[in-house]
Amino acid sequence: MPASVLWAVDLFGRVYTLSTAGQYWELCKDVQMEFKRVSAATQCCWGIACDNQVYLYVCSSDVPIRHREEAYENQRWNPMGGFCEKLLPSDRWSWSDVSGLQHRPLDGVELPSPHWEWESDWYVDENFGGEPTEKGGWTYAMDFPATYTKDKKWNSCVRRRKWIRYRRYKSRDTWAKIPSKDDPKELPDPFNDLSVGGWEITEEPVGRLSVWAVSLQGKVWYREGVSHPNPEGSSWSLVDTPGEVVQISCGPHDLIWATLWEGQALVREGICRNNPKGSSWSIVEPPGSENGIMHVSAGVSVVWAITKDRKVWFRRGVNSHNPCGTSWIEMVGEMTMVNVGLNDQVWGISCEDRAVYFRQGVTPSELSGKTWKAIIVGRESDRSHSGSSSSLLSAGCFFGDEVRGSGTESAPSDTDASSEVERQGPEQPFPKESLDDSRNLKGSLSKGPEASRNPEQNMENACPAESEGKAPEASSADECHGPASTPAELPWTNIDLKEPKRVSNQPAAGFPETTGLSSLGPFPLGMEEPYGADDHPLWAWVSGGGCAVEAGSVLKWFTVQSGQSPSVQMLSLSITPAQTAAWRKQIFQQLTERTKRELESFRHYEQAVEQSVWVKTGSLQWWCDWKPHKWVDVRVALEQFTGHDGARDSILFIYYMVHEEKKYLHVFLNEVTVLVPVLNEAKHSFALYTPERTRQRWPVRLAAATEQDMNDWLALLSLSCCESRKVHGRPSPQAIWSVTCKGDIFVSEPSPDLEAREHLLPCDQMFWRQMGGHLRIIEANSRGVVWGIGYDHTAWVYTGGYGGGCFQGLASSTSNIYPQSDVKSVYIYENQRWNPVTGYTSRGLPTDRYMWSDVTGLQECTKASTKPPSLQWTWVSDWYVDFSVPGGTDQEGWQYASDFPASYHGYKTMKDFVRRRCWARKCKLVTSGPWLEVAPIALGDVSIIPESAHADGQGHNIALWAVSDKGDVLCRLGVSELNPAGSSWLHVGTDQPFASVSIGACYQVWAVARDGSAFYRGSVSPSQPAGDCWYHIPSPPKQKLTQVSVGQTSVYALDENGNLWYRAGITPSYPQGSSWEHVSNNVRKVSVGPLDQVWVIANKVQGSHGLSRGTVCRRMGVQPREPKGQGWDYGIGGGWDHISVRANATMVPRNMSREQEAHGQGPVYC
Amino acid sequence: MTDDKDVLRDVWFGRIPTCFTLYQDEITEREAEPYYLLLPRVSYLTLVTDKVKKHFQKAMRQEDVSEIWFEYEGTPLKWHYPIGLLFDLLASSSALPWNITVHFKSFPEKDLLHCPSKDAVEAHFMSCMKEADALKHKSQVINEMQKKDHKQLWMGLQNDRFDQFWAINRKLMEYPPEENGFRYIPFRIYQTTTERPFIQKLFRPVAADGQLHTLGDLLREVCPSALAPEDGEKKNQVMIHGIEPMLETPLQWLSEHLSYPDNFLHISIVPQPTD
Repeated sequence: MPASVLWAVDLFGRVYTLSTAGQYWELCKDVQMEFKRVSAATQCCWGIACDNQVYLYVCSSDVPIRHREEAYENQRWNPMGGFCEKLLPSDRWSWSDVSGLQHRPLDGVELPSPHWEWESDWYVDENFGGEPTEKGGWTYAMDFPATYTKDKKWNSCVRRRKWIRYRRYKSRDTWAKIPSKDDPKELPDPFNDLSVGGWEITEEPVGRLSVWAVSLQGKVWYREGVSHPNPEGSSWSLVDTPGEVVQISCGPHDLIWATLWEGQALVREGICRNNPKGSSWSIVEPPGSENGIMHVSAGVSVVWAITKDRKVWFRRGVNSHNPCGTSWIEMVGEMTMVNVGLNDQVWGISCEDRAVYFRQGVTPSELSGKTWKAIIVGRESDRSHSGSSSSLLSAGCFFGDEVRGSGTESAPSDTDASSEVERQGPEQPFPKESLDDSRNLKGSLSKGPEASRNPEQNMENACPAESEGKAPEASSADECHGPASTPAELPWTNIDLKEPKRVSNQPAAGFPETTGLSSLGPFPLGMEEPYGADDHPLWAWVSGGGCAVEAGSVLKWFTVQSGQSPSVQMLSLSITPAQTAAWRKQIFQQLTERTKRELESFRHYEQAVEQSVWVKTGSLQWWCDWKPHKWVDVRVALEQFTGHDGARDSILFIYYMVHEEKKYLHVFLNEVTVLVPVLNEAKHSFALYTPERTRQRWPVRLAAATEQDMNDWLALLSLSCCESRKVHGRPSPQAIWSVTCKGDIFVSEPSPDLEAREHLLPCDQMFWRQMGGHLRIIEANSRGVVWGIGYDHTAWVYTGGYGGGCFQGLASSTSNIYPQSDVKSVYIYENQRWNPVTGYTSRGLPTDRYMWSDVTGLQECTKASTKPPSLQWTWVSDWYVDFSVPGGTDQEGWQYASDFPASYHGYKTMKDFVRRRCWARKCKLVTSGPWLEVAPIALGDVSIIPESAHADGQGHNIALWAVSDKGDVLCRLGVSELNPAGSSWLHVGTDQPFASVSIGACYQVWAVARDGSAFYRGSVSPSQPAGDCWYHIPSPPKQKLTQVSVGQTSVYALDENGNLWYRAGITPSYPQGSSWEHVSNNVRKVSVGPLDQVWVIANKVQGSHGLSRGTVCRRMGVQPREPKGQGWDYGIGGGWDHISVRANATMVPRNMSREQEAHGQGPVYC
Repeated sequence: MTDDKDVLRDVWFGRIPTCFTLYQDEITEREAEPYYLLLPRVSYLTLVTDKVKKHFQKAMRQEDVSEIWFEYEGTPLKWHYPIGLLFDLLASSSALPWNITVHFKSFPEKDLLHCPSKDAVEAHFMSCMKEADALKHKSQVINEMQKKDHKQLWMGLQNDRFDQFWAINRKLMEYPPEENGFRYIPFRIYQTTTERPFIQKLFRPVAADGQLHTLGDLLREVCPSALAPEDGEKKNQVMIHGIEPMLETPLQWLSEHLSYPDNFLHISIVPQPTD
């Protein structure tokens, strides 16, 4: 779980964030401004500052936000000058947009706001539909508008080319003012409240964000066009409301609630993917007539509200279909505001002490949670403060606080500016001359809280209390422009004004005794910490829209012990690594010495306990080897025995009955090559392969009654297999990693003869052992760096542990095992047939497929009957229409075709008699394994440089390239054996989204774009890790490439039809090669290693008992002079999905390599 | 890279080379040769000395054979202490092999318990386990186990089957993730210099302020005499399984990794050898 942050504003308008992994409120990096409101999403935070302007804080990321501007240059041929800019009068502009209707000269394209910058100058796009065009990027046609081709023909009278230029959003990690360049008449009046949400209405690549705002006059505004690539949006548009709105809240999905000045709530209806603004309002009455609603907050399926008497209410029965819900339930506690964040978690600010409270125990089944728990962590500034504060300063600090209390007490009388006064609270004691300077002073806050605090306190000391009365006046006059003119009874002041009054009273009321103490004599040292001025921050606003707290996760927000300064606690909580290493190292060392001392000279002594046979027996079910295939009850026994040499071996016996006769089959565990868990919704089963069973494509399948029972057996058998093969602990850096289609991870230790020229080990004899965790893709390098990508595109790095998942106890390492989760979607299809009377209905022909089915139509899958893939998975969303299916959909997600099964398209024609749409539902799996998340960028593909075992690779960083889930190409910096996760991403610009990338041993980077074209990256080297530019490589004719893999010198690519291609003609001087040569079909994945060995995952592999999909295969006969090899060697499968042999540089035996040298190497260009 | 799991293996497979000699006053028919054996540190004397018994019985008349007992340098060896503990406590500074004298006569009733059969060892072992789990988990884990799990623990020890034993024992070593360790650490501290057989008190793995207790904390609390004075020289060795863990070692870690199979940390305080 990566850390995310909670945003909050204190009474003084300072914005803080609190990380889910943190223990301190951190002051927002950009502190130029005080804020009234913030509303956060995961990547950004919107806020209203004290100048009533809207600001946007976009968190920094290694991947830039970039937008492509395009313009077309149009030319017509004439006999005089050939192609030239002179067009016919009826023609389009010579510089236009894609339609040709809009004039678009290059120098007329401007940046939309000061927060953008150009990435480069305009250049011509030479890529045309995945294929490189002739130089100049011109495409030709007979006339405008027409279809263009890249070749010039005899009748090509016009041509055009595309110019592109990227702009980049630059105002990150800073509050960027949203420019208001709307029509002055339409200009919204000052804003009073704002809420962001709606990011779950549309998925990527749209990635839209709904931003709603309320003006001081009670009007509601919607920000158009806000999305990830356009964080600022384009303009405000007014949304009519039935009354004056005070406050608004937008949930992550389609809930939008607002409060009316009269105390009712407004609920927006009709929000959907195509209409994120919704269509109408409904009114929800407050829980009681005497106390209207003051504040609401919406989540995915909850709404929380505060009434004017501060009571907290939970709205029952709220969801997409019924956004108004059914009834109110009163909750415990009095709050000034509440905020619902991700996963429907709730935060509130208490009336009583102005602390932020977190609602504990909110789960999907219990959305109202259990109790409010105060977040008592300190602020970053307190931490530095507490350690060094001298008693004198603290006493002064304390004194200042007392004065402040009485100072603010007088504040409510100046009603016009009171809220500002509150916010200016801490600065009141400033002498007047420093007020003018206060901006600078706040600027220095960012440099170091310590530095700025002390002078402040000194000034507080120096400042006589009598000047208090005037100072706030001055500050409000100087600094607050907006609210100065607004009447005090405006509703929003209910929240901001009233409470500070109470709070400011409170310290004054609570402190008299201690004040007395301080006047009595020197302030006792021990008292200063709990009552220190800053120890108890007073909060005004909190936003959890970017804060992902998993139900049941452990937070460290509630554990600061009173009286102990946080910094001290921090130190004492854990032992420093150096110490840890010392005691542990000594124990390891002493145990080794002890064994040496007590055993070395006495090995000939007899053992007191003779090693005996141990038998574990149990009841399982076995998938019968012969027809009729079915599960039969069997007794199983695992016999383990130890030979005199201490070697272990085990036999698994399976006893079954045939015609009342007891029979058995047995398996020697030293022959088992892999144990694969096969979990489905019905059975906890696993498959056991031997080389022979692998060739037959028919494993021994066993099922247990419970998951625990299966895990016990699996762990025991796996341990026995590992023991008989003496495989133990962490896999070697050369290990071969693979992943099954269920996401299970397997690793195999390569023996030296795995890649030998002669007498090579058949790959069906490789022993695979399972590693905990769940991944879709895994890539390794011979220096022990292993990365994986989950189904949810999360990037993971291998920690060096082993075990996890179902492997507990001895089969798992103690350290380096972490929780891991993954999310994937289950898809079902709704099918309909057209009939002349009623149109499309769910009544099909008798011959038709099920009206609710899987993708093939053969299996009935209804929303109610479809279950998660196995018991490990749980649903985490409701069913929703998937619009991202290939072929496109209409507005409601339907795809049309003339009949089932057929190719579908996203629009209806006269000939379409059937239609279908895809429904998806997300499910989640929680497991554990030796993996740590590499946050925050989600990946689609990753590749690590293969290195030969003897390479002098030590020292320099390991090149790692990746493609993000959005298609950005990235290069990881700082990856090494010691820091396998690396430090940061370097973004490599591309003109289109990419799909796959691979880096070869000599820094040859190849990549495949989503449109199926291939690219070669020039000049990549250790000193220039990102290279300089892309060279477009034409794809094999009429094929769209999907994956590429580069070894030492060989380059292989896969296309969408499962063809494997070898890049021929690569030489040191011409690294792009000359042509693609077809090698094989039925290939799903390819992995080329540092010895140029070629391994694939293949489909349709014939076994003696059946055909298998997803089989690990090795290319035979690959030699320097014959890099394409001949024929395949079939290994483990089916059901395998991915393999990486890129860490295995284990060389062939010595005499072989000499022979190889004598023959001379193939084309090598390093 | 060494993993903590390897410690469990090292602890389990600890062996003490031992030379058994028949007591000189025992009446034999023929001369009894000394008998050499590798004794598992984690097991119990009467559990692993069937061969010894058989060897010496061969040299003796049937009527002279009664209950076997062992003695080292005049001290009768308590069979209900793990072998490793007996060795660390009594013989750690002497040369190997460990010379144990075998007796069949004059059973020292006031020093030793009778051990009529292996059932007695099992009963003792299981009661220690239960006591340990009472300290660690209020007996919740051991009580939730089935009879066959208990049997597997015992058989694991008896047959010297590390994986068989640990397949079950790991459950006894777990604790809720929100805690930082067990409720109390099951430990016993033995000293040769005192009359008291051992010290056992309630001691938590984590201090009230959240700090992990170390071996040093434990000794300061329950056995301060074992520790060297601030300035003085080290007088005692603090031994578990024949090694001296640093006093900074967290107690919880020790309990998880250096406990004997009965789930207790048996800590020996022995005088620092002078040479």
